[in-house]
Amino acid sequence: MFQAKAKVIKNIAVTQKCYKIVLLCHALSKGAQPGQFLMVKVDNGSEVLLRRPFGIHAANGRSAEILYEVVGRGTEILTRKKPGEYLDIIGPLGKGFSILDPRSSILVAGGIGVAPLLFLAEEIVARLPVCRTGRDGQAGQSRKVTSKPLVLIGAKTKKQILCEKEFKKSGCEVEISTDDGSKGFKGKVSELLKRELSTVNCQQSAIYACGPKPMLQEIGRIAKKYKIPAQISLEEHMACGIGACLGCVVKTKQGLKRVCKEGPVFSAEEIIW
Amino acid sequence: MAGLIINIGKFKLKNPVMMASGTFGYAEEFKDFIDLRKIGAVVTKTITLKPRQGNLMPRTCETPQGMLNSIGLENPGIESFIRDKLPILKKIRVPLIVSIASEGNAQEFIALARRLDKFKEVAAVELNISCPNIKINRSPSHQATRPQNQKLIAQDPRATYNLVRAARKNTKKVLITKLTPNVTDIVEIARAAKEAGSDAVSLINTLNAMSIDVDTRKSKIAAITAGLSGPAIRPVAIRMVWEVYRKVKIPIVGIGGIVDTHSALEFFIAGASAIAVGTGNFINPKASIEIIDGIKKYLIRNKIRSIKNIVGSLKI
Ligand SMILES: Cc1cc2nc3c(=O)[nH]c(=O)nc-3n(C[C@H](O)[C@H](O)[C@H](O)COP(=O)(O)OP(=O)(O)OC[C@H]3O[C@@H](n4cnc5c(N)ncnc54)[C@H](O)[C@@H]3O)c2cc1C
Ligand SMILES: Cc1cc2nc3c(=O)[nH]c(=O)nc-3n(C[C@H](O)[C@H](O)[C@H](O)COP(=O)(O)O)c2cc1C
Repeated sequence: MFQAKAKVIKNIAVTQKCYKIVLLCHALSKGAQPGQFLMVKVDNGSEVLLRRPFGIHAANGRSAEILYEVVGRGTEILTRKKPGEYLDIIGPLGKGFSILDPRSSILVAGGIGVAPLLFLAEEIVARLPVCRTGRDGQAGQSRKVTSKPLVLIGAKTKKQILCEKEFKKSGCEVEISTDDGSKGFKGKVSELLKRELSTVNCQQSAIYACGPKPMLQEIGRIAKKYKIPAQISLEEHMACGIGACLGCVVKTKQGLKRVCKEGPVFSAEEIIW
Repeated sequence: MAGLIINIGKFKLKNPVMMASGTFGYAEEFKDFIDLRKIGAVVTKTITLKPRQGNLMPRTCETPQGMLNSIGLENPGIESFIRDKLPILKKIRVPLIVSIASEGNAQEFIALARRLDKFKEVAAVELNISCPNIKINRSPSHQATRPQNQKLIAQDPRATYNLVRAARKNTKKVLITKLTPNVTDIVEIARAAKEAGSDAVSLINTLNAMSIDVDTRKSKIAAITAGLSGPAIRPVAIRMVWEVYRKVKIPIVGIGGIVDTHSALEFFIAGASAIAVGTGNFINPKASIEIIDGIKKYLIRNKIRSIKNIVGSLKI
């Protein structure tokens, strides 16, 4: 964990409401695990006081990226950050995903929940021995199709689909669901997951998911039914992000746990909904 | 360095900057960000006799220049604290103040104070008689310390006196009593604490408050009401420190919205002998260290020998 000043390299809109910010900071980027998050001070305290938590979207040892949706004042302020400005950030925080079996991963993203999953997908792909040479998708012929992580992206409409290209580029298979059917499967991404699981032999699969609570709960149910492990990334309101204030707890079978410290990634079967 | 030393009873602090209860966990949460041994003292999250689960989520939300919290004193209970947390705190060697509470039951306070008495690493005990986030237990045995129509011990001078006195009789540790701002007259409560033998008072705990999501028409906090902290409450806290300083001769630990050197100095000038950083730790985990350095610089710049010389130095 570090507190560091990160230089803004880029801060661009990727959809109408979502932005990607690229930050230069070795301390935050090095050693970051997929599923971990950053606490970002979005201004000097005059407009908003507390830091805002964001999952790590990408990290390469030098820079880190955040993919964020504008939902309120803090995220709105963040959109105004210009390249060259500095942000005070704490991280990397929390316990991320543990990659169980890279050979058949299913990543399920709901809305802005794609944010930490791209970083995860890249890590999973990087651990596939055959993929070391074939990251651009072309040279990947030697790779078995079953080894590609399967990414299910759910969005309200076609326009809100995030990171489809990026996942494909990093060597994943991608399926889309939209609530209105404007692209891909019509319906919830959890329904799409059910469909996928019913068509493949999923005994060796592992599910990794991030998205709204009801979606994660549903994924927990599905995973249980198919007897496959599922790791889910939870969100709760956080004040400190480092386990001190006890503001972000979740009920688990082993008692209350702090989302910011023992999480944000939990095994779905642990959670008492 | 001599210029920063202060005393609370027989407890000597190398500097007057402490960490407020509930905002610094059990210290180790901050070890990656600051050198814990530089801090004057750490007040632990409030400990109760039995473990407490705390309140439902959501427990926090941001408000203008502040935040609400309704944690509900989640803690592992005294035995588990002694077994799991105390050894770590001892190893860190940070001067330690243990905050204790019960739902208005004097016997529990006494049991807690006694249990801590033999641990040398505990420098002082803070009596949290002012937490707004716990449910009230109205069983008859509690009425001696908590009058029926009132919620907190620290909202009644007699109850405050009785509780502090009972604790005083049962521990040799330095005693600090933490008061609530949710009273009409803070002076009479502080006076009761002093007369009962408290070595100092901590001013202030959070203010009763509430915030509503207009779309759902629900409170933003599951427990509906909560405690307000942060810069928003600072002027209230400073006023209360000033009132108590003028009327009661007792060391004051000033708390409320301290985020930097400037805000810390306000408290000293109003009459605080020490200060504690609370919500400020969340905004900037290094705040306390920056404040210690800032106070040093302020004293040097103004050619003041000791921090004690500015305590209560308000010009009127
Ligand atoms: C571990 C973690 C990782 C996260 N990762 C991302 C991410 O990668 N990208 C992203 O866009 N968002 C992420 N979030 C959510 C993000 O933190 C909130 O959207 C943000 O704090 C809102 O700030 P604001 O000031 O714009 O909104 P506010 O005005 O504070 O609130 C606007 C709305 O957002 C909700 N909200 C506020 N804080 C949180 C919070 N901590 N968690 C959930 N909802 C909240 C409020 O209830 C309200 O409905 C993450 C949250 C957590 C806990
Ligand atoms: C999340 C949170 C938890 C707290 N828990 C406790 C507690 O357990 N015991 C206590 O005496 N005060 C507790 N407090 C109150 C603080 O110690 C402090 O008195 C108050 O927040 C005002 O200071 P501040 O504005 O600097 O935060 C808590 C405050 C916050 C924000």
